[in-house]
Amino acid sequence: MGGWAIAVHGGAGVDPNLPHERQEEAKQLLTRCLNLGISALRSSLSAIDVVELVVRELESDPLFNSGRGSALTGKGTVEMEASIMDGSGRRCGAVSGLTMVKNPVSLARLVMDKSPHSYLAFSGAEEFGRQQGLEMVDNSYFITEDNVEMLKLAKEANTIMYDYRIPTVGLDTCSAVVESPLQMNGLPISVYAPETVGCVVVDSEGRCAAATSTGGLMNKMTGRIGDSPLIGAGTYACDLCGVSCTGEGEAIIRGTLSRDVAAVMEYKGLGLQEAVDYVIQERLDEGKAGLIAVSRNGEVAYGFNCVGMFRGCATENGFMEVGIWE
Amino acid sequence: MGWAIALHGGAGDISRGLPSERREPREAALRHCLQIGVAALKAKRSPLDVVELVVRELENEPNFNAGRGSVLTSKGTVEMEACIMDGNTKRCGAVSGLTTVVNAISLARLVMEKTPHIYLAFDGAEAFAREQGVETVDPGHFITPENIERLKQAIEANRVQIDYTPPIQKDDKKETPIADVDSQIGTVGCVAVDSHGNLAAATSTGGLVNKMVGRIGDTPIVGAGTYANSFCAVSATGKGEAIIRATIARDVAALMEYKGLSLKDAAAYVIQECAPKGTAGLVAVSATGEVTMPFNTTGMFRACAAEDGYSEIAIWPSV
Repeated sequence: MGGWAIAVHGGAGVDPNLPHERQEEAKQLLTRCLNLGISALRSSLSAIDVVELVVRELESDPLFNSGRGSALTGKGTVEMEASIMDGSGRRCGAVSGLTMVKNPVSLARLVMDKSPHSYLAFSGAEEFGRQQGLEMVDNSYFITEDNVEMLKLAKEANTIMYDYRIPTVGLDTCSAVVESPLQMNGLPISVYAPETVGCVVVDSEGRCAAATSTGGLMNKMTGRIGDSPLIGAGTYACDLCGVSCTGEGEAIIRGTLSRDVAAVMEYKGLGLQEAVDYVIQERLDEGKAGLIAVSRNGEVAYGFNCVGMFRGCATENGFMEVGIWE
Repeated sequence: MGWAIALHGGAGDISRGLPSERREPREAALRHCLQIGVAALKAKRSPLDVVELVVRELENEPNFNAGRGSVLTSKGTVEMEACIMDGNTKRCGAVSGLTTVVNAISLARLVMEKTPHIYLAFDGAEAFAREQGVETVDPGHFITPENIERLKQAIEANRVQIDYTPPIQKDDKKETPIADVDSQIGTVGCVAVDSHGNLAAATSTGGLVNKMVGRIGDTPIVGAGTYANSFCAVSATGKGEAIIRATIARDVAALMEYKGLSLKDAAAYVIQECAPKGTAGLVAVSATGEVTMPFNTTGMFRACAAEDGYSEIAIWPSV
C-alpha cells in the first residue's frame, strides 16, 4: 500500500481572464479543503467519510457551483445534485433536483446507507432528507448575487445560440455572434459560472471513494440531470480507484468517463495516470471536461482538455499541489 | 454480418410453474413485438427508429412493467423512466419521474434530439412533454388492478420485514394473482443492429413495486441499464441498484473495446462476474450481427431474431 492520497476539484473550464483575486480565492478554498481532508486522513477517517466531509465544505462555501453558490435554472431557482461512491463494495448513493437540502452530498450518503435504493430525486429525495433529519434551508440561501447576474448574461447569450441547441452541432454556425470563442456547455466562458465540485480519496488502508456535487448548468431547463449524480459518468469508485469528473455533463455521460478510467485499468492494465490520459484523449468527443483520480496504491492524477481546472492534490509522502492552469 | 434484434420484458425470479394463462399472453406479446421489429429492419428503418418503435409497443403492453402496466410507488402512483442511445454518435436521451406521458421512450428520444441536455426528470420532463405535444393521459391510465394488488402485498411484506428490504415471495402464496413473477422485477428493452452495423438500444420501466417516490433505477442511466456504441448495443434488466454499481451495459462494451472479447464472452462475463447471482439479465447485439441474451436470474422474458434466420422466444434457460 502506498499510503493515503486526496484530490479535490472546483470545476473545469476557467475563463482565462478570470480576475486575479478570484483565482486566489479559489486556490485558498482548495487549499483549505485539502488540509481538512489531510487532517481527517491523519486521524484515520475512512475514505468515504473524508470525501463527504470535504465536499460538504465545498458545498457550504459559495465560491464554487454546488450547495450555496449553485448555478440557477432558467427559472432562477436552484436544483442541486450529487453522488457518492465507496470503492469497497461499490456501494453508491445519488440525489437530483434538490432545492432545500443544505448539503446534497450528505443526502446522497444517506441514500446509500439508509435507503434500499441508489438514487432519489426531486420531491421524493427531499422528503427522505426531511425524514432523515438533514438540515433544510430556504432555496434563497443557495442563490448568490453573482449567479443572478450570470443568469442574466446567460439568458442574453441564450437568445442567440443556446435555445434547444443540439449538442453536436450549432457552435460553428453561431460563433460569429459570440464575443468569446471559448465555450463551455454552449455558453461563452465569460458568463460561465464556476463548476461542479468533487473529491477523491484513498485512505491508508487502500480504500478508495469519490464524491461529486453540483448546481448544474447556468440557465438549465428545470428537471435537467447532468453527469454529477450518475454513477459511471461523474462519479465512480471501485477497489482500484476513485474518480470525480467535471465539465460538459452531456459529453461526460456519453463517455461514461469515470467508469472508463477504472475500466481501462481493470481491462487494459493501464496505470492511473495513463488511464486518466487515455480517457481524456479518447473518451471525450467534442466535449470539454476534466477529472481527478486516486488509485489504491496511493497515487493521485488529474487531466483536462479545456482551459484550466480548479484542483488540488496531496499524498502521504508530502506532495501537495494546488493549481488552475496547465 | 446482417441485421439482428433482441428484446426483453424483464428478468427475475420467474417461477417455472407459471400457469399457461399468464405465460402465453407474454410470449404472444414478445412474438408480436419481435415481428414489428423485424419488419421494420427489413424495411430498412434505422436501428434507432426500430428500438423506439418496439419499446413503444412493449410500453403499450399491460403485461410488462413499463408504460401501461407500470408498477406502483409506495404512494400508489406511477413514475416511469426510459433511455435511448444511438451507437454511432453515442447520442442519448433519458427521462425519469414521468406520470402522464404515454410513451416514455419517445420522450427520451425527443430529449436527445430537441434539447441541449441528455436527461430530464419529473416536472421539468413533464413540462417538456407538453411543449413537444407528445401524447399524455391521466395517470390512472397506467395503473392496472393487478399492480394495485402487487403493491398491497409488497406493503404487507414490508411491514413484516420492518425495513425496506425487498419482499421475498414465499411459494405458499401461489394462489394470489402475482405469484407468477417476482414483484420486484420487470422492465422492457430492445437492441438492434442493421446490415451496415449501425446500433441502438432502448429501455423503459415503471421501476420497483413499492419503490420510494423519486427513486431512480438503472434504466435511464447511460452505462447502467442502457448503452450503445460502435461495438454493441445493450439493454439490461433486473435489480437496478446492482446494475448501477456494476455499470452493466457499459461494461459489456468496455470488455469488447478494451479486452477484445466477443459479444457473447463479454456479456457472459458481466452477467457471471460483475452482478451478484439473481440480480441481472441483458440483451445485446454487436455491430457484426451477433445476438446474446444472458441472465443470472431464474428467467428472463426475451426474444431475438437475426438476418440468417435464427430466432428465439423464451423465458427460462434453454435446456
